[in-house]
Amino acid sequence: MTAPRPLSLHVPEPGCRPGDTPDFSDFEIPRAGAVRRPEVSEAPEDMRDMAFSVVRVLNKAGEAVGPWAGLLDADALRTGLRHMLTLRQFDERMLKAQRQGKTSFYMQHLGEEAVSCAFRMALEDGDMNFPTYRQAGLLIAGGYPMTEMMNQIYSNAADPLHGRQMPVMYSARDHGFFTISGNLGTQFIQAVGWAMASAISNDTKIAAAWIGDGSTSENDFHAAMVFASTYKAPVILNIVNNQWAISTFQGMARGGAVTFAARGHGFGIPAIRVDGNDYLAVHAVASWAAERARSGLGPTLIEHVTYRAGGHSTSDDPSAYRSKDEFSAWPLGEPIARLKAHLITIGEWSEERHTQAMAEINDEVRACQKKAEANGTLITGPHPSPRSMFDDVYAEMPPHLQRQRQEAGF
Amino acid sequence: MTMIEAIRNAHDLAMDRDKRVVVFGEDVGYFGGVFRCTAGLQKKYGSNRCFDAPINEGGIVGAGIGMAAYGLKPVVEIQFADYMYPAYDQIVSEAARLRHRSAGQFTCSMVIRMPTGGGIFGGQTHSQSPEALFTHVSGLKVVVPSNPRDAKGLLLAAIEDPDPVIFLEPKRLYNGPFDGHHDRPVVPWKKHDLGDVSEDYYTVPLGKAKIRREGKALTVLAYGTMVYVAQAAAEEAGIDAEIIDLRTLIPLDLETIETSVKKTGRCVIIHEATRTSGFGAELSALVQETCFYHLEAPIVRVTGWDTPYPHAQEWTYFPGPERIKRAFAQVLEG
Repeated sequence: MTAPRPLSLHVPEPGCRPGDTPDFSDFEIPRAGAVRRPEVSEAPEDMRDMAFSVVRVLNKAGEAVGPWAGLLDADALRTGLRHMLTLRQFDERMLKAQRQGKTSFYMQHLGEEAVSCAFRMALEDGDMNFPTYRQAGLLIAGGYPMTEMMNQIYSNAADPLHGRQMPVMYSARDHGFFTISGNLGTQFIQAVGWAMASAISNDTKIAAAWIGDGSTSENDFHAAMVFASTYKAPVILNIVNNQWAISTFQGMARGGAVTFAARGHGFGIPAIRVDGNDYLAVHAVASWAAERARSGLGPTLIEHVTYRAGGHSTSDDPSAYRSKDEFSAWPLGEPIARLKAHLITIGEWSEERHTQAMAEINDEVRACQKKAEANGTLITGPHPSPRSMFDDVYAEMPPHLQRQRQEAGF
Repeated sequence: MTMIEAIRNAHDLAMDRDKRVVVFGEDVGYFGGVFRCTAGLQKKYGSNRCFDAPINEGGIVGAGIGMAAYGLKPVVEIQFADYMYPAYDQIVSEAARLRHRSAGQFTCSMVIRMPTGGGIFGGQTHSQSPEALFTHVSGLKVVVPSNPRDAKGLLLAAIEDPDPVIFLEPKRLYNGPFDGHHDRPVVPWKKHDLGDVSEDYYTVPLGKAKIRREGKALTVLAYGTMVYVAQAAAEEAGIDAEIIDLRTLIPLDLETIETSVKKTGRCVIIHEATRTSGFGAELSALVQETCFYHLEAPIVRVTGWDTPYPHAQEWTYFPGPERIKRAFAQVLEG
């Protein structure tokens, strides 16, 4: 018998680092319209194929094709385009505001606008999202005032969260948007609990859980899967696979071993991969999952395949860890350009209308920013009174906090 | 009633009174819990309101937070306090902070029950007293009952409370007021005043301590099992100790503590948990801050040692009556 060779540890590396040429040839992408649309009542074990393909509706010619097409009329599509354009302009303005020192931090959605904007349109009022920090499209598409978002980002005197949270950690209960945590993954199981509560209460509302590819490694992901499956909770479990978790590529969460969607199979949860840069596909798959949840058929796992075109946040420079050319090589394109092309193809949009819409949105976002800045910015103030930081720790302030507030001089 | 029956009765009354109360945890549903605290609830209220959970404490607490955010009132059981650690992030970063970080949009009215303490040959994973890991967290309330009557009233108050409450049940007290003499038979609760529990709904307010024994010689600050161990020590040593059962660690009834220590001038702090950075350290600091000029002797702590809770040697770890008597002597000498 030969002596065993010394072992060595396998540490995965992405295929492409700065200076390398991006190569997505391993990523098998079906033609738009090629993936079937199962009945929502189909047995989970009969639709495992859905976790290994990618639902796509928009083809290269800008047409909506296949069994997932046809849900949205031209008005709805124009609204969707407007939501995505608004989110992008909102991001641009807030990034600039951060660079100007008006706030401490910002996180943009560049390249991922379709995921949250389209998803929101598949939900009903009263449903509850448990988002991560990169789903502000849920708020914009849900009609939440941008000025309020900016007030939060600036931690100004009108910040609905009284300056307690970092920028973009919004909370908007009335808009179906759960308070965002900076601890990754915690919300995934909470969404399942909320959905269980809806079922326990014989309500008709459903929940949507959100997590990134990197955070699927967290324990809370596993907890959510086992609870959602065990109790058939009316919840949509969304994994936004945007390829990168700060500098950590999705292979570190074993994205290369099987698809993220396929993780549903171990729990008997139907799982679908969708082209996250295809507004129509995201909306169609979300509607399908919402129908399943609302019909009492239980959870659906959706993997939104997309690409984080910007940095993780304003605190990192992606050119330090990945190729600058990766986004241009990304095979699923860019969601706004694709929806715009589709609307033009079907004769419901034009370059002129697009230019006009951009100008209108620019005016709207600018006006919101002006209004928000009238309430102050992080650097200039005014801020909510420091006295208020002692509020809401408990419903009723206990004696020790009263003493501390007094000691602090309030 | 035993403490188990009192806790079960509290669940029953709360579920009967408020449809929003749901009860779940490992082995909690059909079987009624490994300590039987939820026995019969599933049969009476149905499996939508009392049910078993997967073995995932983070999931139990995380799901409970989601339910509370929806508007239910989850009362969840962690089978042993020692199993709580996987849920710690959900408790500390989430349950405790929902109200504050959302400016009151989302709240977490939830009770997290867990049996705590040793003396049952539970070794290091069925004996711990992690209360200080909760008292250090802003946004939590922490309750430790010492008898059936309080356990019922405090649990009902905890369920009514709009904020998350950690409810630590000293498992050595489930069946009787254990006084630390492990080699003697335990007196059952039915032979003790505080085992006489009304079937009616009542609450014991959070944040109010109870003087269990009045005295002038020294003040004992204790909670849970240590209340009875301290009583035994005082009686056996013939010392006129004033024993305060804190009942709630957060919010703390500092007023009762201050009044007593100013009267006696001497203070012994007792807990079963390990010493360093234990809740006794906080109590000691507070007594020093508020009563320094009344103290006749240094404050003495009697606690578990800073070791893992041992299996075969648990009575060496446990701060029993003999160690407490020595502490009494020490604080009286000073």
